[in-house]
This record gives sequence, structure tokens and C-alpha cells, in this order.
Amino acid sequence: MNYLENRKYIIQGIFLIVGIVFALRLFHIQVIDSSYKQAAETNAIKSIIQYPFRGLIYDRNGQLMVQNTPVYDLMVIPKEVKQLDTLHLSQVLQLPPLEIRERLKKARTFSYVQPSAFYQKLSTEEFAQIQGSLIDFPGFYINARTARGYPHQSLSHALGYIAEISPRQLEDSSYAGYRPGDYIGKSGIELEYEKFLMGKRGVKYKMVNVRGIEKGPFKGGAFDTLSVAGQNLISTIDLDLQAYGEYLMNGAKGSIVAIEPATGEVLAYISAPFYDPNLFTGKDYGKNYMKLLTDPDKTMFNRPIMASSNPPGSIFKMAQALAALQEGIITPGTGYPCNQRLVKCSHAHTPPSTLAIAIEESCNPYFYQVMRSMVNQGKSKNIFTDTSIGLKEWRKHITSFGFGTKLGIDLPNEKQGIIASPEMYDKIYGKNRWKFSTIYSLSIGQGELGVTPLQMANFMAIIANRGYYVAPHIIRSVGENGKPLPEYLKKNYTTVDAKHFAPVVDGMAAVITSGTGRNSSLAHIGIQVCGKTGTAENPQGKDHAVFVAFAPKDNPKIAIAVYVENAGFGAQSAAPIAGLMMEKYLTDSISAKVQWKEKWVLSRQYLNIK
Amino acid sequence: MPAEPTIPKYKIATRSSNRTSRSFPVHIDWVTILLYFLLVGLGWMNIYAAVYSPDNVVNILSFDINSGKQLVWISAAVVLIIILLVVDYKVYEHLAYPIYGTIILLLLVTLVVAKPIAGSRSWLDLGGGIRLQPAELAKFATALALSKYLSSVSLRQQKLMDQVKLAAITLLPPAIIILQNETGSALVFASFILAFFREGMSPLILIIGGTAAAIFILTLLVPKLYLIIGIILLMGAAVWLDYRLMRRIKTMIAMLGVVIAMIFSVDYFVNSILQPHQQNRIKALINPEADPLGYGWNVTQSKIAIGSGGLIGKGFLEGTQTKFDFVPEQSTDFIFCTIGEEHGWVGSTILIGLFLFLLIRIVSIAERQKSVFGRTYGYCVASIIFFHFVINVGMTIGLAPVVGIPLPFFSYGGSSLWSFTILLFILIAIDANRSQDLSR
Repeated sequence: MNYLENRKYIIQGIFLIVGIVFALRLFHIQVIDSSYKQAAETNAIKSIIQYPFRGLIYDRNGQLMVQNTPVYDLMVIPKEVKQLDTLHLSQVLQLPPLEIRERLKKARTFSYVQPSAFYQKLSTEEFAQIQGSLIDFPGFYINARTARGYPHQSLSHALGYIAEISPRQLEDSSYAGYRPGDYIGKSGIELEYEKFLMGKRGVKYKMVNVRGIEKGPFKGGAFDTLSVAGQNLISTIDLDLQAYGEYLMNGAKGSIVAIEPATGEVLAYISAPFYDPNLFTGKDYGKNYMKLLTDPDKTMFNRPIMASSNPPGSIFKMAQALAALQEGIITPGTGYPCNQRLVKCSHAHTPPSTLAIAIEESCNPYFYQVMRSMVNQGKSKNIFTDTSIGLKEWRKHITSFGFGTKLGIDLPNEKQGIIASPEMYDKIYGKNRWKFSTIYSLSIGQGELGVTPLQMANFMAIIANRGYYVAPHIIRSVGENGKPLPEYLKKNYTTVDAKHFAPVVDGMAAVITSGTGRNSSLAHIGIQVCGKTGTAENPQGKDHAVFVAFAPKDNPKIAIAVYVENAGFGAQSAAPIAGLMMEKYLTDSISAKVQWKEKWVLSRQYLNIK
Repeated sequence: MPAEPTIPKYKIATRSSNRTSRSFPVHIDWVTILLYFLLVGLGWMNIYAAVYSPDNVVNILSFDINSGKQLVWISAAVVLIIILLVVDYKVYEHLAYPIYGTIILLLLVTLVVAKPIAGSRSWLDLGGGIRLQPAELAKFATALALSKYLSSVSLRQQKLMDQVKLAAITLLPPAIIILQNETGSALVFASFILAFFREGMSPLILIIGGTAAAIFILTLLVPKLYLIIGIILLMGAAVWLDYRLMRRIKTMIAMLGVVIAMIFSVDYFVNSILQPHQQNRIKALINPEADPLGYGWNVTQSKIAIGSGGLIGKGFLEGTQTKFDFVPEQSTDFIFCTIGEEHGWVGSTILIGLFLFLLIRIVSIAERQKSVFGRTYGYCVASIIFFHFVINVGMTIGLAPVVGIPLPFFSYGGSSLWSFTILLFILIAIDANRSQDLSR
């Protein structure tokens, strides 16, 4: 039997092998594979995010523009749902029974034991209605949180909106820390200042048992963090002026941008048509958003910074004049004949004997000749090369006014517009295939030029400041007593010296007193306005009306650009709107004497003038 | 001194004076007893941890919770131990068949009178809230009967009749237990194959049994075609290594045919012969993630609890999965999760080490027995404990199907604790008196 005794080694060997296999397997699941630890945390530790109060937004006078309002999400824990009366629930929520089943299925797929949102964004009234019935539906409960609310319905495009973070953003590492279902700024100030507004989230870790019932704080709350409220923002917007501008533009299409020249603060920012920002807060957000996104008037198009393909028209003449003065091509006393053979002039007038008169009369042949002298300075014997050199020099001055570049406003999606360049023409016509006669329409602000309304307003701020601008911005203070972002404290000087601005300003003053801009005069309240009308050619239909201005002439307080689509000549629509806006801002009221202008503007009759 | 049956023909005259003066055996294997109390004590603490609830802290001694009750069972077990050691060791050999017969009778009675509890008709209600599971007692009874039969002088292992008798003794209790719907407990009897192997059973049976089990599991885990290709390659390699096998090519082809037939019959077996809950246990073993809230729940949660323990564990009473009831049957069948979660890999490995130590100790105790009866009984004890250990720990870490059998000495429950105590201490009693026995 001795050979059988050796079998004890085989038996003990089997014991040992099993023990070793167990120890190795345990080493794998306990030490190497960390997924079980995470699964255990998901099981037993519920992290409850403490959402901070999102920062509020005030206007420059302390009026509340954006606040937080309570909304209610109906939550469900599928495991706790007992004998659900789908029909009853469908009546309470006013949802079809099929929809109820769909939503419940979705919640179950997400998690059987953890809560998920069943019906989001119920208003206080809706909540009150279903609150009483809730007891009939075990497993359902209400989760209160805050959404954005807008007491004044203004400034839709600049404020932007918040919505649930998108799956693409969640994958982006720059949004680390956000979780599915979090709300995030999607456009406007809400997007641009997201990191200040959102504050810091807090987390509470609670232990739960298998039925999801809380069993006290995890590790005595050692890992819990408190939420820190977001910073409030103070805007540069004057809410009263903004609302008045929207009142004037209601029903029209176009933009108004008003800037405080010395600081670059945007006083009014109107993109018409506009919408009530409250449309994006309720449960119909998706429906409303799609409706606005697809409407023929392009309501969602943020015109002041995105309408960049339209030429500026006659308002560009001041830029031509300033560049020519700096280049020494003309002096304030330079005169040119109103030679209609070069280019048509808009109306008959006496030949401009000075620059100021040329601006007042908006004389096309004058600026034709100014620009021709500027681009053909004879620096090269080859006329093509000479034009190219001259245009490059011209472009340097023009872009220093902020044209063709992003001004850096604190709103997303700003467009830079277009300013003609030698390279552009080389591409269109071929090198040495173009000269001034090819590109002369630039001289009167037409042709290969695209300028946003914001750039026009900024241009006015430059002239008002006699040579510099502060990048326009819409937030003046981050935090209650804070500062604007550092980039909005810097003066950007143009290539044109301050001394050259006086004759241009004089010409613009004359436009108001005796030229095309009379409709924006504030003489009745003793304020001298400087301005310029313009008409932007529109190949698709009726021309767009442009008017730019600043006031008062000395120590200006407001610079403004008004752009009304399909309104034709700037004097009829854009000029009175600008006048009313400036008066409203400077005196806080509209004097009885000019009430007729308001009526005229609101009548929209200018849209019908051929 | 308890009454002991005296059977003169076994009495050795020179020792009789010693024996009459003996009231307690002296050659007790204290190492095994220490291991026993270590396991029982650790088990008791972990039962407390398993039922511990932080918002309703109950004293470990309270009879309202399992740990308090277990202490009663443990105290009773100590009394049982004293009785087992004091009773004349020869009783176990002499009364092996009567004990076996009584238990068979008890099993049958249970089958008839028991009210089903969770589908199982295995509990005998003794009144006063005390219940007994005769299936637990059947283990040591069968071990005694088998040892007795194998030690009989007339036994010829090669004789067919003897083999049939042996098989009958082994298979009768599990057959009744299966009728009681306690398949898990019935499977335990398969473990006696280890004891038979030691006593001379052909290793072929062990190999064939092991291979069949391996092929069964592999068929569930690996696509059939790959498995067949793998087996053919393995056979080819064997022939390549030892060319003489070519002479047995017909046998090999026949073996291959059997294996392939087996592979294709596994599906039929799982889907048509097994009951749905048994099918689910198989599915849970293969892929518990397929239905983590249904049949995969136990295994998934058990692995999560153990896996989250890390190297050194979360600490006594700190296991969140354990405390908050994520793992079902925590103080009984899934007690190992508590160790895994609260004491980590180190604690789990120490426990495995303790069991290995105990098993190897039992084997060496068995080997030093002079009687075949003692040795066989020792191996039966090791086999049963080993089977429980493998299945119980294996199922908590996803290496064995979920079979509801307890971890010896560790799990909560009086029947289980007493049955293992009886099983082990009969061996200790026999061992303590081994010098009085003649070698046969």
C-alpha cells in the first residue's frame, strides 16, 4: 500500500493549487483591477453636487438683468416605483401615456436604483398643480433647483443663454469637472464669462444602502466641499437705453450699437429682430430654440458682431480723409472738383473747397480723387506696382481703425469683416492686372469692404476720442466691486495723429447742422452732434440704411452706429433713431419737440420709400 | 464517565487499566483545535460585521442579531466537543452503520414532513423555533459509513459487488437530498472521490472526472470550434512527444469522439435538464454582467465587495458594501465578502492560508492513523471541508457557480457549525486514541 501513501502528496498538491489560484484571483480583483473600487463607490457613495448660485448680471445703473428663478424637476427612482397608474400620471403631467412609458424606460436604462430626471423644468405653477397628486406615485419626487430668469426681456443676443452641457463638450478636456446634465453658458455673456458666473461646485458624499436610503455622511464628511457662489457681473449696458432701442427697432431688422467713447463701454447692443430670453429657460426651450433658429428673419443671427459682409457706404469717407491727412496727401483746406465723370455724386452741390465741406456734402468725386492720390503716389514707375504699394499703405491706416480685425468684444463669435488688400486683388484679377480704376469704389465705402455695426460704432468712438479706442466691452466689473478684464483698460491708438481729427469732426458736425444728418440733431436741447449718413449697397434687395454719430462734439459721451436693413437712405430711418437714442442717453428723456420722430420711426414708413 | 459500549474482542488487555482511568484523551491534536477556534472566532466577528448597521448599533452579544445567536451555537458546539472527546472513540466505528441508517431515516422523514422553506424541504422543525437540517448531519454519517465499509477485512475493491455497495452508501443520501431540493448540499458528496482515490481508486476516474468538469466549464466559456481544435492540437502534441501513442490511435480517436459528443451535449444539458434557477447560476458564472440586476446580482455584488477591499481592506466594520446590504446572504453563504472587503487581500489570503493549513493538517492526521477506518475518515473530513471551501470561496470571486453551501466553521448557522464540529472532532477523538489501535 506504500504507493498509495504517495497519493497524499497529490491530494495536498490539489489543496495548495486551489489555494494559490484563489490568492492570485483575489490579488487580481482586489489589488490590480481598480474597477471594483469604483463600482463599490457608485454602489454605496452618493455624491450630491451642491450647485452654487450662478452669478447675477446687473446693468450699469444697478438694475437686475439676469437672476436665478426656481424650477422643479420631477425625479424618479425606478426601483421604488410601485404599481404605477400610467393613465393617472399622464393626466397629472399632461403627457401621453406612451411618453410616460418611454421616459420610465429611459430612466430604468440609466439606473435602476439611482434617481434620474423624469420631467424637467416645471414652473412654480406647474409644480403646485402636481404636488398634491405626487403621493399617489411612489418613486417619484420633486427636485428643486434654479434656472435663469430675466425680469426685463431685453438684451437677448448679448446675454446669451444656458443649457445642458452637450456630449461633445463633456468629452472636451477644457470642460473637465462638468457632469452630464450640468448647465453651462451656451452663448453671449453666459458663455464668455462662464468661469466667473458658474462659481465653484460643492460635493457632499453620502453613504446609501442597497435601497438607496441615506446612511449618513461618508467618512464623517471629511471629503465634502462647500459650494462657492458665482461672481456677479455688472454690465456696461444701460438697460433703459437698451429697452428704448429695442422699442424703436421692434419690427425692423438691423443693429444699434452705442459706446461710451472714453471707456469702450457698450451702452446699448441691439440686434433686431430680438426675442424674449425667457423663452430659453422653460421646458419648451428646445422647441423655441428651433423655431427661432429657422425663422426667415434670422432672429438668432447676432447682427452687431456677425453682420460682417455689408460695405459701410459713405461713413467710410471719414476714414479715407483721416488716412489721407496722415499721409499728407491732403490738408484740411484741400479742394477737388465734383467731377461726375469719375464717379456719380448723390446730389448736386457746390464744388467742395475744403475737406469739411466734402464730408458735409458726402461728395463722391472728392473722395475718389483723395483715394487716387493716396494709392498712386508715384513710388513706383509701374502703375500696377504703385497702386499695390499705395493700397497696402492705405490698408494699414484703415485697419488701425479696427476695420477688418476683431475688436475683441467680450462676446463669442465676433466677425472681423473684410478690408480690401493687394493680395486679395492679385487673387481676383491677377498680379499687375489691376490699378486704381479697377478698385475705385473703395473710395466711397463700396466694393471689397465688409464692416460690422460694432466696428462702425467703434469708428465713431475713435473719432470722438480723436485717435484711439478702448476695445468695446459689455462687462465693466467682474464681482460687485471688481474691474473689467485687463484688456479693456488699454487704449489702442490709430496710425492717425490726433491733430488730423479736427477737420473731420467739423465736417461731421456740419452734416448734422446743414447736411443729411439733420434728423439726428439735438440742437433743441443744446447739444452738438457729429454724424454721417450712409447707404450700404445690397445686391439682394433694397439698400441698407446706415447712420453713425457721436455727441456732444466736445467731450463726447456717446458714440453710436445704427444699421437698418432694407431701409434705403440713412437719413430717413437710421439718423432719427440715432438722434432719439442719443437724446435718451444724454438727458434720460425724449423732449416733446421730437416726439414726432419717434412716431415716424415706429411707423416704419421708411421701409416703403422707394 | 459516559456509558460506553465495551466490545471485548477489540480490547487490548495491557492497555485496559489505562483506558478505564482515562476520562479525557491526552494525545489531542491541539494545533487543529487551535485552528478550529481561530476560524470559529474570526467567523463570529465577521458575522457581526456582516449584520452591523451603523444607524442601529447592536451589541455583538445581542441575541437579536446573528452574531449573538452564533455565540449560542458556538457555546453549544463547545459542549458538543467535550461530549465527542469524552465518548469512547470506538463508538464511532462500531455505530457507523446505525448512525448512517438513522440519518437516512431522518432524511426521509424530513422529505415527508418538512414544510418548504424557499423551495427546499430540508428543514426539520423541532419546535420552539429550533430547526435542524439533517442534510448537514448526513455528511459525517456518510463519512463514517464509508470509512467503516472500506476498512472491512473482506473488502475487495476490484470486486464489482463491493463497488456497487460503496457507490450506494455514497449516493443514497445525496439522492434524498436532491429530492429535498438541496442540490448544493448533495453536490458535497462528490468530494468523497478524493478519499476513494487515497484508498486505491484508479486515478483514471479522478482524471476523467477532472477532465469532464474542465471540458464542461470550457464549453461554456470558449466557442465550441476553438475548443475542439484545441483538443485535437493537444492530442497531436501528445503523439509528437511520445510516438508510441500512435499504436493507440484508435483509442484516441474514440476518446476524441466522446469529448466532441460531450461538448455538443452540454447545451442540451444546461438548457433542458437543469432547472431555470440552476441555468442562471451557470450563466452568472460565465458572464454575471449580462444581467447585473437579475441572476448576476449576487456574483457581481460579491465581487464588487471583495474587489473594493484593496490590499489591506477598509477596516473592521468599515465595509460599505457589507454594512449597507449590497451583498445578499452575507452572514451565511457570502461571509467571505466581509473578509474580502474589510480585511483586503491580506486578510483573505490569511484566511485561505488557515484553511490550507487545516486541510493539510487533517491529511497528515489521517496518514498517521493506524486503522484504515481512521485514515479514510480523516480523508473524508478533508474532502468535505475542501469541497465547501472551494465552492464557497470560488463562488464569491466568480470562479465557481453560486451553490448555497456555507464556509466551514465561518458561516452563520447552528446546523452547519455543529455538523462541521462533529465531523472534525470525531477525527480528533479517533486521532487522540490512535496509539491504542492496532494497525490493520
